[in-house]
Amino acid sequence: MTTLSPPRPGPDPARPTDRAPRRRPFLRRYDWDAYLYLVPAFAFYLVFLVRPVVESIWIALFDWDGITASEWVGFDNFAGVLADPQIWQATLHSLVFVVFYALLPTALALVFVGAIARIRVRGLAAFRALLFVPYILSTVVVAISWRWIFAESGPLNTALRAIGLDGLTRAWLGDFTTALPSVGIIGTWVMFGLAFVLFVSGLQNIPAEQFEAARLDGAGPVREFFAVTLPSLRGEIQVALVLMITAALRNFDIVWNTTSGGPGTSTTVPSYFIYREAFVTHQVGRASAIAVVLTLLIFAIVGAVMWLTRDRDAAAPRGGNR
Amino acid sequence: MRTRRSEQLLGHLLLVVGALLALLPFLSIVLLALTPPGERTGGGGLPSSLTLENFATAWTRGGFGQALWSSLIVAVAVVLGASLVSVLAGYAFSTMRFPGRFVLLGILLVGLVMPYEGIIVPLYYLLEGMGLLNTYWALILPQIATSVSLGVLWMRTAYANVPRSLGEAASIDGAGRWATLWRIYVPVSAPAIATLGTLLFLYTWNEFLMALVLVPQNPDVQTAPLALSFFAGSTRNFDPSVTAAAAVIVALPILVVYAIFQRRFITGVVAGAVKE
Repeated sequence: MTTLSPPRPGPDPARPTDRAPRRRPFLRRYDWDAYLYLVPAFAFYLVFLVRPVVESIWIALFDWDGITASEWVGFDNFAGVLADPQIWQATLHSLVFVVFYALLPTALALVFVGAIARIRVRGLAAFRALLFVPYILSTVVVAISWRWIFAESGPLNTALRAIGLDGLTRAWLGDFTTALPSVGIIGTWVMFGLAFVLFVSGLQNIPAEQFEAARLDGAGPVREFFAVTLPSLRGEIQVALVLMITAALRNFDIVWNTTSGGPGTSTTVPSYFIYREAFVTHQVGRASAIAVVLTLLIFAIVGAVMWLTRDRDAAAPRGGNR
Repeated sequence: MRTRRSEQLLGHLLLVVGALLALLPFLSIVLLALTPPGERTGGGGLPSSLTLENFATAWTRGGFGQALWSSLIVAVAVVLGASLVSVLAGYAFSTMRFPGRFVLLGILLVGLVMPYEGIIVPLYYLLEGMGLLNTYWALILPQIATSVSLGVLWMRTAYANVPRSLGEAASIDGAGRWATLWRIYVPVSAPAIATLGTLLFLYTWNEFLMALVLVPQNPDVQTAPLALSFFAGSTRNFDPSVTAAAAVIVALPILVVYAIFQRRFITGVVAGAVKE
């Protein structure tokens, strides 16, 4: 509170206290010009974020083609969405993507971090920078790169033929059984760098004494990982999971630029339906209903993950027996 | 720390393999882009000769000069706009007392987890009503709004690290709030502001869905990822090496910026993530 004026001398003698600013008259108690500093940020935030959130819910209560007059339908759009097997299928695909976009990269990055936790890595900064490259590339560039990798005459099939596995070759993104996991692998590739970078930064915050202590107790690499590294990274794992699960459930760019939901409906996702119904088939109310449901689903899952990965020791300080 | 040689070797081996896997997909389209048109190596070997012809074809046919320019305009405008409003609002949250402080902060926090797939439909009709669809404004204004949450919280943390005595010294010297912000708080927080700017630049530069929805009909303001997506869509069955060249063109600027500022990128993403 650097800008508060100094306490005025001789205030209320009946209640002597050192919290002088609190007893100033109401209007002088606060820094009213704070609002002037907040106005620009909140103007953008309210007009282009809060208002659309509210409108999203409102539009979802109407049958509207985006042009002619809308008709109030109450919760019919929500009922329709929740009864639509195509939406359920898309949601299921999203949950599969959670495995590929969040769980797999987290597990892989933990293996990497476990392997380097005990050693002095030469050129760690360079490795970190290289492993992070997939995350900074535009998703469209990523999609085009992998479309080539997975193409009929692309590097993956060429490699399979070279080692005699001709039987496995196929158009990976065009095949009903492999399209979904193939798109998932792309997500694993993108997100691994993020998880790795987060975990390495967490690793650097672990005091070296903890590793020393574990080693004095005769812990091997595996026990050391579970006793020291993994618990110390709880915060970073939580952050990584929240970010990557959100990305998995929102996933639009990579699906749109690789398979567009195909072949058939084998890689559809909810945000694909939001886009299609709002801007292609012009069922705007229905698109908004999907958007609201997706948002609630994301909030629910993120909330659950944060609760599951909460700091249990902080919640019950004397409960730990480690 | 003493460890066994095998552990050292295994750790480094893993990192080398990881780095190769991280780079391989992009390198394979670089190679494809350099392959003479019509020649097919299947990604298994080097082409007979290398050519820049595909880059020239992609550049002229895809209008990527204009698209990269549009991306730059939008990204710079969002970075400047969002940083400015965050510098101001973060200052209020960090140094002033006012009613509703925690409520307002809570409202901002929601924006951190708000998936904007959830707001893209009303956003379209809002900007249509304003007559801003298919203009730069359609990309700049909403992306400033989606950056505000991170920006304000970021600046609030940055100011908290400014020694109180510095601000007090300034106010004893007669500097008002406004002057204290620009003479003390902003210069001291310059590295944090730069990192925030880098982070917002990366996210804005790569944004795809907003561009697809909000500027689909005006090639003059389409950003590089959108132009690339349209280009790849229309040439899907045409010549993959031209599409690959287009992808490399679009990726190159951000890779160059990344090569220079990688430390800032990574610390930015880590700090920005942990903030969420």
